[in-house]
Amino acid sequence: MKEKAILEMKGIYKSFPGVKALQDVNFTLCEGEVHALMGENGAGKSTLIKVLTGVYEKDGGEIYLRGLEKAAVIRSPQDAQRLGISTVYQEITLCPNLSVAENMYIGRGTGVAQNWKKMNEAADKILQSLDIPAKASQQLSSCSIAIQQMVAIARAVDMECKVLILDEPTSSLDEQEVAKLFGLMRDLKKRGVGIIFVTHFLDQVYEICDKITVLRDGKLVGEYEIKDLPRVQLVSKMLGKELDDMSDIKSDAKKYEGKDADIDVFEAENLQSNAGIKPFDFHIKKGEVNGFTGLLGSGRSECVRAIFGADKVINGSVKKNGKTIRIKKPIDAMKNKIAYLPEDRKKDGIVGDLSVRDNIILATQVLRGPFKPFSKAEANKVADEYIKLLQIKTASADTPIKSLSGGNQQKVILARWLLSHPDYLILDEPTRGIDVGTKIEIQKLVLKLASEGMSVTFISSETDEMLRTCSRLVVMRDRKVVGELSGEDMTQNKIMSTIAGGGLENAE
Amino acid sequence: MQNKKQIFIPLAALIVLALFNLIMDPSFFKITMGLNSEGYQVLSGPLITILDSGSELAILAIGMTLVTAASGGQDISVGAAVAIAGSVMLRVLCGTEASVSELKAPVIVAFLIACVVAMLFGAFNGILVAYFRIQPMIATLILFTAGRSIAAWINNNRLPNISNQAFTYYGGFIPGIPIPTPFIIAVACMIVIALVMKFTTLGLYTQSVGINEHSSKLNGLNPAVIKLISFVILGLCVAVVALIKVSRVSSINYSVIAKDIEMDAILAVALGGNALSGGKFNMAASILGAYVIQFLTTTLYKFKVRSDALPAYKAVVVILLVVLSAPIVRKKLSELAKKLKPAKKEVA
Amino acid sequence: MKNKTSQNKFKNLSDTSLLLTITIIVFFVMYIGAIIFQGSGFLKAQTFFDILNDQAALIIVACGMSLVMITGGIDISVGGVVALVSMSCAVGLDYKGMNIFQAILLALGIGLAFGLVQGFLVAYLEIQPFIVTLAGMFFARGMTTIVHTDPFNVANESLVKLKDTRIHVPFMGYVNKVGNYVPAYIEIGVIVALLVVAITFVALRWTKVGRHFYAVGGNRQSAIMLGINAKRTVFLSHIICGLFAGVAGFVYFLHVGSGSPSHAAGMEMDAIASSIIGGTMLTGGVGNVIGSFFGVLSLNTIKKIVSSAGLGDAWWTGITTAAMLCLFLVVQSVVMARKRNAEQ
Repeated sequence: MKEKAILEMKGIYKSFPGVKALQDVNFTLCEGEVHALMGENGAGKSTLIKVLTGVYEKDGGEIYLRGLEKAAVIRSPQDAQRLGISTVYQEITLCPNLSVAENMYIGRGTGVAQNWKKMNEAADKILQSLDIPAKASQQLSSCSIAIQQMVAIARAVDMECKVLILDEPTSSLDEQEVAKLFGLMRDLKKRGVGIIFVTHFLDQVYEICDKITVLRDGKLVGEYEIKDLPRVQLVSKMLGKELDDMSDIKSDAKKYEGKDADIDVFEAENLQSNAGIKPFDFHIKKGEVNGFTGLLGSGRSECVRAIFGADKVINGSVKKNGKTIRIKKPIDAMKNKIAYLPEDRKKDGIVGDLSVRDNIILATQVLRGPFKPFSKAEANKVADEYIKLLQIKTASADTPIKSLSGGNQQKVILARWLLSHPDYLILDEPTRGIDVGTKIEIQKLVLKLASEGMSVTFISSETDEMLRTCSRLVVMRDRKVVGELSGEDMTQNKIMSTIAGGGLENAE
Repeated sequence: MQNKKQIFIPLAALIVLALFNLIMDPSFFKITMGLNSEGYQVLSGPLITILDSGSELAILAIGMTLVTAASGGQDISVGAAVAIAGSVMLRVLCGTEASVSELKAPVIVAFLIACVVAMLFGAFNGILVAYFRIQPMIATLILFTAGRSIAAWINNNRLPNISNQAFTYYGGFIPGIPIPTPFIIAVACMIVIALVMKFTTLGLYTQSVGINEHSSKLNGLNPAVIKLISFVILGLCVAVVALIKVSRVSSINYSVIAKDIEMDAILAVALGGNALSGGKFNMAASILGAYVIQFLTTTLYKFKVRSDALPAYKAVVVILLVVLSAPIVRKKLSELAKKLKPAKKEVA
Repeated sequence: MKNKTSQNKFKNLSDTSLLLTITIIVFFVMYIGAIIFQGSGFLKAQTFFDILNDQAALIIVACGMSLVMITGGIDISVGGVVALVSMSCAVGLDYKGMNIFQAILLALGIGLAFGLVQGFLVAYLEIQPFIVTLAGMFFARGMTTIVHTDPFNVANESLVKLKDTRIHVPFMGYVNKVGNYVPAYIEIGVIVALLVVAITFVALRWTKVGRHFYAVGGNRQSAIMLGINAKRTVFLSHIICGLFAGVAGFVYFLHVGSGSPSHAAGMEMDAIASSIIGGTMLTGGVGNVIGSFFGVLSLNTIKKIVSSAGLGDAWWTGITTAAMLCLFLVVQSVVMARKRNAEQ
C-alpha cells in the first residue's frame, strides 16, 4: 500500500445477470483527502460503493485497509462499520421519529439501560465540536435534511470511521446548507478522515475535492488530481467521446418534409412543476427531434415530467398546435396526443405482473375509456403487430413483462405509446440499461417516426446518441435551462462546455 | 400464464375434499329429488347444500377479489355490512312493525335501497383507503365494530319478522324450480361479473393499480378512483348477500347474520391462489375457492364439528395456506427441492 | 436557523409527546364535561375506579397492542386469547382440579404460545401481521368453544375469594343516603394493570431494546442500517403482546369469575381504538403506553357518558367506539400533516 493510503480497492469485479457492473476497477483513498467518484448513470459508482460497504458481495478483487495485514472481508454493512467504513446516503437512513442523540447512539454499544442524560451530554458535545446546529434531545424529523445528514455524519465520526462515504448528500440541499456540509467535511479532513464524495454537481467537486476518480460503463477511466483535470475534460471523460460506427445514422434518415413542418406542435411558456426546476420555455416543431441534455440531476427529466403532467404543474401555460390547453394530469396530456416514456422503467413504466399484451394496450385502453375494452382478438392482433414491428423478443404476448430483458421491456413500453398514436412523443432515457443493438434500433426508430411527422423529445445520458438523433438540444444545469444548441453548434465540445458552464475557453 | 395455473389450487383442494368424503361416506354424493316442506319437488343432498349455502360466499368473493387486487388489502367489514343491508331491507319491508305478513313495499324497492346503503358504506371504506391512505384492514375495522350496532339501530333493536311466502323464495326455492334460488342468484352474479369483465376494462384497471400505482398514474389512470370503485362494487355484492341471508330466515339476528363471513371471503380469495398483497387475480379461482370452503364447512359439520368451533379448524387451514404461499417459505422449499434432486436441471 | 427553531415550539415536541398531550387533554376535558353535564355520578371517585375495575384487562391488552403497533404491526388475536384464557382457567379450576398458581401459569403459557407462533410467522416468515393474527383470533375463539361449550360461573373457593378482594382507597369514599361511609375500592386486577403499564413504560423509555421498538417502527430499513436486528425486535413485540394477552386473560377471568365463549368480544377492537386514541400511530414508531392507558379511560368514559345519557342500548357502544376511532384517525392524520408542513 502507498504510504498515506487508508483504503485500497484492487481489481474489483462485479456482475449482475446480463450486466458487467464493474470490471477490474481500482480505487485508492488517502487519509485526509476528499476524493470524488464520478460517472454517469450505470457507470458503476454505486455498485463500487455497495461492494465497499458490504451490501453487494464482490465477484473478484481485493480490498485493503490500513492496519490490516490481509485483505478485508466485508459481507454486511455491520462488517463495514466495524472496519471503520461509514456511509451517509442521499436518502437519510436514520429514524425520523427518534431524537438526534438516539440516532447517533442506537444500535451501538452494550448494556441494557438507556442513560438519556449521559447520551444527550455526549451527543451535544460531538454536535458542538462539529459545529452542527442541532440539539441532542430534538426529534430528528424536526431538523432540516441538511442537519439530518450532518447527524448521520456525526454518528459516523463518533464511531471513529476512517473512511466516510458521502453518496450524493447534497442533492436536496440549498446553497447555505451545502456550505455548512462542506465546512464539516473540511473539519473531518483535518482529522485525517478519508472522504469518498459522490455527486453530480460539478461546481461542488471543484470546490471541495482533492482528487477525482472517473468510472464509465463499469470500467476505470482514471484517477486525476483536481488541478490536472479541467471541467470540460472531466465531462468528456465521464461521457466518453468514442463514437461507434453507427454515428452517421442521421445522414441516412429522411427529414420530414410536409407543408406543416414549420409549425410548433407544442409550446410551453414559463412552465414550472413542484419538482424543483426553474421555470422554462420550450417548443417543438412537427417532425422535429430535440433533446434535453445535462448531467444527471440537472432537471432534464423534471422538465419533461412537467410537460406530461406527471409532476404537479404550478406555473406556466402550454399550447398544443397553437391552441392553449391545460395539462394537470397525465390523462390530459394523453388526450392531447402527447406520450411519455418515463426514465425509471421499473418504477414508472412497466406493470410487472401483467402480460406483454396488456402492457402494450394499457395507455390506449385508458384513452378509449372503461366501456370500450379491446376484445381478446383485437388485443392479440395489435400486440402481435407491435411485437413484430419492434422485434420484441418474448415467448408470447401472454408472458408477464417482468420476465423480459430490460431492452425488450423498454420496447414494450415504446409499443404502448406508439399504439396510442401520439403526435408528440417524449422519450426519457429510452436506452438506459439496455444492450447496444437495441439502443441503435431505438435511435433509428426515433428518426423514422420523425420523418413520418411525429415530434420527438429524446433524452439520453449518452451525448453521442443525442447528437445522432436530435436536431436541437436544450442544455440544462442545476435545474435551469442554460442554453440551446442546434446546427453547427451541436458538437461534443460545445455541449460539454455548455454543461460544464464557464469553462468554454478550455474547450478548444 | 400464472393466472391460468392458479385455478388448480382450489381445484386440487376440491378433489382432495371430494376423495376424502368419497372414502368416508359415499352417500355424500347422492342427490335426490323429493318434496320439501312446502310441497314442491326440489333437489336435495350434501352437494346441493354446498351449492346452496356457498352462494353468499361466492358472491362476496367476487367483490373481495376486486378489492384485494386494487388495494392490496382486504375488507373485514363485509359481515357487518351484510347486517346493515339486511336491516335496511327489513326496515323498508316491515316499516316499524315487529311482524308483517303483507310487505310494506315491493321487495325490489327494499333491495335497491339496501344496495344504495351498502354501496355508500363501501364508499366510506373506499374513501378512507383511497384518499386518507389508511391500510384497508384498519380502515374497515371501523365499520367492522360499528356495523352490527348500526344494523340494530336502524330497526331500533327490534328483530322484525316476515311471514310472507313469496319473500322466502330468494333464500329457498321458487315453486316449480328444483334448484335452490341462492345458487341461481350466485350464478347470475357470476354472469354479470363475467360480462362486466368482458365489456369493461375493470379487470385491467384494478390489476394495473394493484401492481404498480406509479405506472398506472402515468398511463392516465386515477388509482384512488379505481380503489374506490372496487369497494363500491363489494358494497353491491354485500347487498345481494343480505337479500339471500334475510330471506333464508325471514328475519334478522344482528349479531349472528353473516358472522365470520369476512374470514371465509378472504380465505376464498387466498385459496384461489390470488396474492393477498394485490395485483393480478383470477376471479373464477376465487369463486371456486368459495365453494371449496363451503365444501370444507359442510364436511366438518358432517363430522359433528360444532359451528362455533369451526373457526379454529379454518384458521389452521388459513395459516397453512399463507405459510406455504409466503415468498420466504417458497424460496426455501425450492432450494430444498433443488438439493433433493440435483441431477435434474431446472427448466425455466 | 435561529428564527427557524424558535418559531415553532409545537414543532420541537416529539410526535409521541404531542399525541400523548392531546390524549390527556381530551380525557380531562371529557371527564370534566361529564361532571358538568351529567352531574353527581361522575363526581364520585368510585365511578372512576369502576372504570378501572372493569377495564383492567383492556388496559393490559392495550399495552401489548401499543407495543406491536409501535413496531409497525398489529395483533387482533388478543380478544380471542383473553376469552380462551378465561375459559381454560375456568375449566382448569373447576373440572381439572388446578390451583390458582397452576391457572396463572396456564394463562401465561397460552398467551406466550400465541405470541411465539404469531411472532415467528410475522417476523421470520414475513407474513402480513393482520392475516396471521386474524387467523389467531379465529383459532382462539374456536378453541374456546372446544375447551368448553357453555358459559359457567366458577365455584372454586380460592378464586372467588381472590375475585372479591377489594383494596380500599383511603379518603376517596363517600357517605351514602343512610349516612354510612362507603369506602372507594379497586380490585387486584387494577394493581396488575398499573404495574404492567409502569413496567412497559419504563422498558420502552429507559432500555435500549425499548428504543429499538421505536426505531424499527419509525423506519425499518434505517433501523437495520443502524445495526438493529429488526426481525428479532418484531418477534419480541409479538411475544410480549401475547404474554400480556395471557395476563389480561387472567385479570379478566378474575374480574368476571366465569368462562364463556362470548367473553371479551370485540376487545381487540377496543384495544386498537384505545391505542390509537392514546396517540399510537398505525404507521408505527410513535406511541406511548401512558397514552394507551388514557385511551382506555377516554373510551370508557365516553361509553359511560353515552349510557348515562339514556342511550343504554348495547349498539350505542359499538357506534361510539367506531366514531371515536374514526375521529382520532382523522385528527392524527391532520395533526401530523400540519406538523410535517410546519417542518418544511
